[in-house]
Amino acid sequence: MSVVEISYIRAVNEALAWALARYPESIIFGEDVALPNGPFGATKGLRARFDERVFDTPISESAMVGTALGAAVSGLRPVVEIMYGDFLLVAMDQIVNQVANARYVSNGALVPRLTIRTQQGATPGSCAQHSQSLEALFAHIPGLRVGLASNAVDAYEMLRAAIASDDPVLIFESRRLYAQKAAVALDGPLEAVSGSRVVAEGGDVTVVSWGAAVSDVLTARTALDERGVHATVVDLRWLSPLDLNPVFDSVARTGRLAVVHEANTTGGFGGEIVARVVEEMGSQLTAAPVRIGARDCRMPAAPSLSAALLPTPDRIAAELMTLVAPTGAPAS
Amino acid sequence: MSTLEAPAHLLALYEQMYTIRAFEEQVMELLRIGEITGSTHLCIGQEAVPVGASAVLQASDAVIATYRGHGWAIARGVPLAALFAELMGRASVLCDGRGGSAYFMAPDHGFLGENSIVGAGVPMALGAALARRFQRRDAIGLVSIGDGAMNQGAVHESLNMAAVLAVPLVVVVENNGYVEMTPSQALTAKPAHVRAAAAYGIESVLVDGNDPDAVGAAVERARATAIGSQRPFLIEAETHRLVGHYSGDLQAYRPPGELDAARLREPLVRLAATISDDEATDAVRARVARLLAEELDVARRVPPANPERALVGLYAGPER
Ligand SMILES: Cc1ncc(C[n+]2csc(CCOP(=O)(O)OP(=O)(O)O)c2C)c(N)n1
Ligand SMILES: [Mg+2]
Repeated sequence: MSVVEISYIRAVNEALAWALARYPESIIFGEDVALPNGPFGATKGLRARFDERVFDTPISESAMVGTALGAAVSGLRPVVEIMYGDFLLVAMDQIVNQVANARYVSNGALVPRLTIRTQQGATPGSCAQHSQSLEALFAHIPGLRVGLASNAVDAYEMLRAAIASDDPVLIFESRRLYAQKAAVALDGPLEAVSGSRVVAEGGDVTVVSWGAAVSDVLTARTALDERGVHATVVDLRWLSPLDLNPVFDSVARTGRLAVVHEANTTGGFGGEIVARVVEEMGSQLTAAPVRIGARDCRMPAAPSLSAALLPTPDRIAAELMTLVAPTGAPAS
Repeated sequence: MSTLEAPAHLLALYEQMYTIRAFEEQVMELLRIGEITGSTHLCIGQEAVPVGASAVLQASDAVIATYRGHGWAIARGVPLAALFAELMGRASVLCDGRGGSAYFMAPDHGFLGENSIVGAGVPMALGAALARRFQRRDAIGLVSIGDGAMNQGAVHESLNMAAVLAVPLVVVVENNGYVEMTPSQALTAKPAHVRAAAAYGIESVLVDGNDPDAVGAAVERARATAIGSQRPFLIEAETHRLVGHYSGDLQAYRPPGELDAARLREPLVRLAATISDDEATDAVRARVARLLAEELDVARRVPPANPERALVGLYAGPER
């Protein structure tokens, strides 16, 4: 098996190359993806290798997504890149009113076999229109599949699964993780669009997270370990379909639940996780569940301001400590 | 114009354009040394457009620009120290550090703001123009967009709407040769922007965007049409971006020799040649350099944006 140590963005590139090679009907398009090799390098070399199947579009997000839908229901397998998650909002009608409806309303006659790749999140200095985490808006829409890759391995596997799927899949990447490396098996078995993963085990608290926040949770977890508090961390990976079994199993042991995401707290997908756990096993909770997200606000550009709003590892660690040992006493 | 007046007028334009140029070069340096964080889009090479337009615009006019909007803000009279401070994430009087390089506003200076969603400023400028008509203010809404923005639905919706609603909207398309890393001609056929306006029954003109007087004349005509006959107007200003699309752009997409050729036609070089008085232009540059150093000093004394204020001001009413 060929295992390579590659960056997250390179893993995306490998998945796209895999798809172009495997599916002759696949096409890739977006702004600056072909001749310039992609704004972040995701499509590097693909135009040279696959010619016209990789092409640049004008800055027309609504038309881009609509084109993907029309091409998909006509037998192609489009992968469209939306440069920033914030720009999905320009294409909202196409995504929600058009793409999400196609299969159901046609009673299966239309197959919206398309993938929308984007990246999101705040980085120091990024403006309010280039820093949002918007996954909850799309997870709210039945008919769409929504995934967030928290590392290079998932960037590869989840994107392959998305492109292989007959459903419309929205993949949120994280540009803040693009340079992070991991060992990725390039010819492993193709995954389905589903499945969460336990990435660390501990008996004191269950922490559910996804996307870039997972690495912040893992940083916080190390700090907690040093203070004798041990967390299970579940990387949810897919918000749709939702796989909460590992969460239920873990909460059955820990009795405590926290959900961490970079998106705004109110209306964030964390609320959905809390609700499901309460519905399923509320009586087994020994403490009220906690949501840790961005403070409900617009995202300011100044790094000193955005840091005050985002769920940093320090803030995550502090809130988890309060959950586990509310009085400040060390956990038993 | 008498021979005595001509140099004074041209020197004033030169000074304004050089102020923008030197500001942008200083920003580049601040990025390099880490005093500015995040991606930043400079208007080096395009200074004649905001300077030419602002010579004609009135305080009552509303201007909206893009992320490449430092030059528009400066041309509208936004103080340099405040602008430096905003870009540096300090508690600037503009937006308290919330806007940053790509999305700040200065309504006190008739600058409703930059915009980092390509094309999104046009509907807002349409509304600003509509308000001015309702208020009988004899003023316009002017929006500057890039050539790439002409492919956004919101822009076309606004062009048609401005025409049918008879709104004094002026759209300035700064055609700078590139849409990020893709050459403009790969995405739109020339002169598409002027023709697009015609398709909506909107008067338009193609101008040399490296000549501030040509831009000024076009904006004067556009403004007169917009106010006089309550009709929108579109100006396509041909210019050239001489630096990367954003601060991290390696510009591998530029064909060899392209920049050298563009530098011969760039607005400051050209105007200096017209003025043809090295002593005078040198003096302007020295004065601007001194001014910038002072303004940067002031900006550096502004404290960083206060994290305790991060949640303040989301609503007009009760905070939560
Ligand atoms: C809706 C939207 N899509 C994409 C982008 C990313 N983007 C930023 S600038 C730019 C190119 C714009 O080109 P143009 O309109 O010609 O303006 P220029 O940058 O050349 O001044 C793109 C694609 C964006 N900011 N907003
Ligand atoms: Mg352009």
